[in-house]
Amino acid sequence: MSGFWGVTRAIVGREFLRFIHQRERFIAALVRPLVWLLIFAAGFRAALGLSIIPPYQTYVTYETYIVPGLCAMVLLFNGMQSSLSLVYDREMGSMRLLLTSPYPRWWLLFCRLFGSTAISILQVYAFLGIAAAFGITLPPLGYIAVLPGLILGGLMLGALGLVLSSFISQLENFAGVMNFVIFPMFFLSSALYPLWRMAESSPLLRDICALNPFTHVVELIRFLFYLQINLHALAWVVLSTALLSLLALWGYDPARGLMKRKG
Amino acid sequence: MTGGLVVRGLSFDYGPKRALDGVSFDVPANRFCALLGPNGAGKSTLVSLLTRLLVAPKGDIRIAGHDLRATPRKALAELGVVFQQPTLDLNLTVRQNLSYFAALHGLARSEVPGRIDAALDRLDMRARADERARALNGGHRRRMELARALLHDPKVLLLDEPTVGLDAAARQAITEHVHDLADQGFCVLWATHLTDEVRDSDALLVLHQGQIIATGSTGDVRGDHSLSDWFLSQTGATV
Repeated sequence: MSGFWGVTRAIVGREFLRFIHQRERFIAALVRPLVWLLIFAAGFRAALGLSIIPPYQTYVTYETYIVPGLCAMVLLFNGMQSSLSLVYDREMGSMRLLLTSPYPRWWLLFCRLFGSTAISILQVYAFLGIAAAFGITLPPLGYIAVLPGLILGGLMLGALGLVLSSFISQLENFAGVMNFVIFPMFFLSSALYPLWRMAESSPLLRDICALNPFTHVVELIRFLFYLQINLHALAWVVLSTALLSLLALWGYDPARGLMKRKG
Repeated sequence: MTGGLVVRGLSFDYGPKRALDGVSFDVPANRFCALLGPNGAGKSTLVSLLTRLLVAPKGDIRIAGHDLRATPRKALAELGVVFQQPTLDLNLTVRQNLSYFAALHGLARSEVPGRIDAALDRLDMRARADERARALNGGHRRRMELARALLHDPKVLLLDEPTVGLDAAARQAITEHVHDLADQGFCVLWATHLTDEVRDSDALLVLHQGQIIATGSTGDVRGDHSLSDWFLSQTGATV
């Protein structure tokens, strides 16, 4: 068992070291949601009126409304960043080193997933800290209550990153991920506007948003901030995490041959 | 053959293209075996199968007596690998790279520093332990990868064209060192397309178009020809 723990420590530790070496990545991960929070939200607060919907019991400012969505955005971008670094690892050869460890491949991949999730959560709390410094705060206990939601959401989006990395054969193809995964996932969700607002302009779009697992990550986080559990969102996120993890394991199955395309 | 490598009936296809076709061979312990083949012969596919990056639908691989399909953990624990493509994290120091590998192989934390020192001493690399891998030249990086491959005390050593990109002196040094390791008891499989890395006393496997076309002691296989001429005549490859 100590061997399993050693492998976990090594893989997670390496993810942290890599993160520390990429200071720009940390700054970008913080600046991105802050731009949305401090510029976009300020500009749109008048245009986008919100009614009182659960979990809110009073009117909230637009800035407060989009904080959970921006937390999920940090998780989403970090999941994709992790996918990018997996593809990079494969091109640079260090993936071979990881996958030829005698430990089970599912465990090695889970450690990678766990490491990238831990880094995501660190970034989310740094973002929440800066948001609080600008006066955008949430219930104090919510900062603790949200942690399981962040872990689950991070694992789901990290698993999505793993799946993508197993299907992307070259780094150059990564720009497509931005266009076809990140943007649709983010904009077709409840991160920036509640679903009822979306339904006003298009019921079809609302239905698509309701099927988007990212919407449920956002809602899970939103409710946990207010010390409530949205069971519907929780079930969606758990199910999506399980399915994406299975798909990632299939993608990295040696019998299927991840390395085939690399020769 | 408990300490060596046994391969039986190994075939592998990339879609409709057959990469390996019924490959079988034995490499005993205490032996340096050169796997010679032109580019595209199937050497890298064979290495991927031996390291379980790929799994073949047909054929068996036994590493130091352990079946790679049935007991992959035990089999991989007995295998040290130097890949053709460098697999170092250039931002980490030599010691950090080795520690990472040691953890991936489940070595006890308390014994890792001692093992790293011993492996680096063996390759005369101890003085460079705290340098970043990026600061090392190509020859030293390869030596470090070789030290890393020995860290967990494997019985079988697999090297896939390990001299690619090295200058003549570094090539010679690493080739000699690995021959020494075979003399010390390791089972060594050295994949290459360069005939000057192979000695007459080495075991030889010649892979061409996915099949083993010759096997035996190098001196016997080449007969009166130079190995280079013999290899060229058999495969039409340039060396």
